[in-house]
Amino acid sequence: MTADTLQPQRDPALEPEIKDPIILRVEALSLWYGEKKALKEISLKIPEKQITAFIGPSGCGKSTLLRCINRLNDLIDGVRVEGDIVFNGASIFDPRIEINALRKRIGMVFQKSNPFPKSIYENVAYGPRIQGIKRKRDLDEIVEKSLKGAALWDEVKDRLDESALGMSGGQQQRLCIARAIAVEPEVILFDEPCSALDPIATARIEELMQDLKSQYTQVIVTHNMQQASRVSDLTAFLYLGELIEYGPTERIFINPMKKQTEDYITGRFG
Amino acid sequence: MQNDEKTSHASLYGGDRGWSERFGHAFTWLCGGALALNVLLVLGILSLLAWKGFGYFWQEDLVEFTLKDGSKVLGEVWEEEIVAATPEHPAVDRLRLKIGNRDVNGLDFVWIDRADVVSRREPKDVVLLERLEWGNFHGYLREIRRGDQVLAQGSEAVWQQLGPLLATKEAEREEIHALEKGAIGAINYEIEKLRLAARRLEISGLPAAERERRQAEIDKTLQEREAEFQQLADRLFQMREALTAETLVAATASGETKEIPVGGIVSAIRPDDLGVLGKLALQGKRIRQFVVDDPRESNTEGGIFPAIFGTVMMVFLMAFAVAPLGVVAAVYLREYAKQGLLVRLVRIAVNNLAGVPSIVFGVFGLGFFVYLIGGSLDKLLYPEALPTPTFGTGGILWAALTLALLTVPVVIVATEEGLAAVPRIVREGSLALGATKFETIRKVVLPAAAPGILTGMILAMARAAGEVAPLMIVGMVKLAPTLPLDGRPPFLHLERKFMHLGFHIFDVGFQSPNIEATTPLVFATALLLITVVTLMNLLAIGLRNHLRRKYAGSAV
Ligand SMILES: Nc1ncnc2c1ncn2[C@@H]1O[C@H](COP(=O)(O)OP(=O)(O)OP(=O)(O)O)[C@@H](O)[C@H]1O
Ligand SMILES: [Mg+2]
Repeated sequence: MTADTLQPQRDPALEPEIKDPIILRVEALSLWYGEKKALKEISLKIPEKQITAFIGPSGCGKSTLLRCINRLNDLIDGVRVEGDIVFNGASIFDPRIEINALRKRIGMVFQKSNPFPKSIYENVAYGPRIQGIKRKRDLDEIVEKSLKGAALWDEVKDRLDESALGMSGGQQQRLCIARAIAVEPEVILFDEPCSALDPIATARIEELMQDLKSQYTQVIVTHNMQQASRVSDLTAFLYLGELIEYGPTERIFINPMKKQTEDYITGRFG
Repeated sequence: MQNDEKTSHASLYGGDRGWSERFGHAFTWLCGGALALNVLLVLGILSLLAWKGFGYFWQEDLVEFTLKDGSKVLGEVWEEEIVAATPEHPAVDRLRLKIGNRDVNGLDFVWIDRADVVSRREPKDVVLLERLEWGNFHGYLREIRRGDQVLAQGSEAVWQQLGPLLATKEAEREEIHALEKGAIGAINYEIEKLRLAARRLEISGLPAAERERRQAEIDKTLQEREAEFQQLADRLFQMREALTAETLVAATASGETKEIPVGGIVSAIRPDDLGVLGKLALQGKRIRQFVVDDPRESNTEGGIFPAIFGTVMMVFLMAFAVAPLGVVAAVYLREYAKQGLLVRLVRIAVNNLAGVPSIVFGVFGLGFFVYLIGGSLDKLLYPEALPTPTFGTGGILWAALTLALLTVPVVIVATEEGLAAVPRIVREGSLALGATKFETIRKVVLPAAAPGILTGMILAMARAAGEVAPLMIVGMVKLAPTLPLDGRPPFLHLERKFMHLGFHIFDVGFQSPNIEATTPLVFATALLLITVVTLMNLLAIGLRNHLRRKYAGSAV
């Protein structure tokens, strides 16, 4: 019995020291799809204006965890959640919170680009319009700002009225980012945003994420180890619904503490 | 050589393949053949309709036959027939002639025996007069008279004068028509309104003094209007007199003379003097008149514009009713309802609704829309007109709603399919931006499903345009005096009865007093019905393609 035992036990492999303020705190989160337990008592803290990466083999629950954060799993029949996620000090599962307001503050970019079958302009203006912004001048300004923010403005400024579905895959994905930042969220969730893109388009998105860092907290799910090591500040490794290791990206990749983590990042399984 | 190839081929894929491949070929041919047969059938229907339909407007030469007994017959050769010999009768080779002159002969067609024909000729100066009454006249011009004064005499002189005279008569007829429909119609309408106002006052329960005061007011206006009406009626009478001032004297082939008021002649032609181009031009003119004119002579002559108008308007009203109904129902079924046994049952029920005989919908429409809703509306809104029903009788609105019920399953099924084809990830994209489910459906899902919905609408409209049976009991009539849309407020008269091309086909072809002459009209009208339906479909398809292009590459 040492003095340490008086304090709550801290596993250095799971609870890194974080100096920045915490914006999201996942607390013993478990999730069931019907009978199947997809997330097992996951706890982690996500700091503000940093990029946090979720890695792990296919089916380990990365997307599920990500979609818990903006409560997109609510739409799926038979989902049951235990534990909590605290966002800016308030539980997102609190029945009093307005789910649409939450989703407005936590944006998401999906694995497959999913522009609406509308014009480029209308895609970006969609969120602000939902928020009740009607004046054309304001909308124009937001659209321009968001497209610039997503490094897309120069490519599309002359064809804002054309269908978004006529753009290239990389452009569509950046349009989805522009659409997400148009509502000025605090957090942006990325679910394998580059998996359908070529290396050049991928590099542009990664660059973009670095640019967005000054304003937004970002969480990214990726299968690409290099990408995780390049873009993220913190990395969480999940395996079979469990959080195995969480820490500064550099340490995880150079000096993993758990054998499973090491096996995965060196490509021995997964 | 070929055999070698076959064996090596067979050995590549195993023994049975040769047979199965041959069977596959045969099957391909079978499928192709079936398709070809279908295409042929459709083409066959269309060309039959086109041939017979356009043929109705084509003017053949008029031929004068002199028969053995010395009589003369003038007419268009309609068909030729050889009646096979029987033990009692030898074979007959006979001709059917359309002879016109219904007022003289009492019938439109005669058969003559070829053996009886002594001579035939096609005189250049024979005329065909299209008349407002009694159908066509075939014969020779003699003179034009105004009272006792003879304006022109002799075939050629009369022909020269007749053209300009007919033009002035047409202008006069149009003036009369304008007066009847315009000023007189308006006054009639006002008088009817005043009468209703008086009746409303009677049943209003106002104090007697007040009632009398208002009654006096109404009476005063009524008198004014009636005086105006009298004036107009007098004018109309004078105009009618002027219209019939001139008479044309013409002779039939057999030499009988006939006096025909020039005002009652629509057109005069010399068919035997017309070249092919002239006849084509005439055909074009007749087709145009058929499409834009009102019917005459209990629908057997003139045009069928009111029927076209009624059909199109009824279909559009139906579309306006069925679109929201079907789409809302489908959205609920697909997006909101919990998918379970109940929803499955509802879906099956809706699909089966499409299989209910259409006349049953008509009966339902009569009982529910006409008697129940229409009857209640009358009691509530038009008590002064009772016992004459306003909405409590068949009308274009009830017909459109009845057909909307009939076609709603089509729209529901198509909309559901359209909705199901919108990918989940697109919906999630909208929700992730903070949109509610309703906003997502309204702003993303429905626009993306719009082409699918329009496909359903196209099918529904095509079905509605062809449906006749249920309409016969909810508002369709043989002859409607007024269109359901006109220049008098409230412009759209949803309670009015209407004419319909589908019913017109039946009526004109099989219910008219003069079936022989009007049967060709069946084909012409059917052709027109198909054209109208096709045009409406093209409109919808154009709209759908426009939407598709707008959302190019969308999943639907
Ligand atoms: N809608 C669902 N219904 C039932 N089970 C689901 C559902 N979605 C995911 N699962 C299960 O939950 C587990 C975690 O899935 P999840 O999609 O979160 O994995 P992932 O780590 O994102 O995998 P990948 O890298 O392939 O995207 C998987 O075993 C999956 O089969
Ligand atoms: Mg995933």
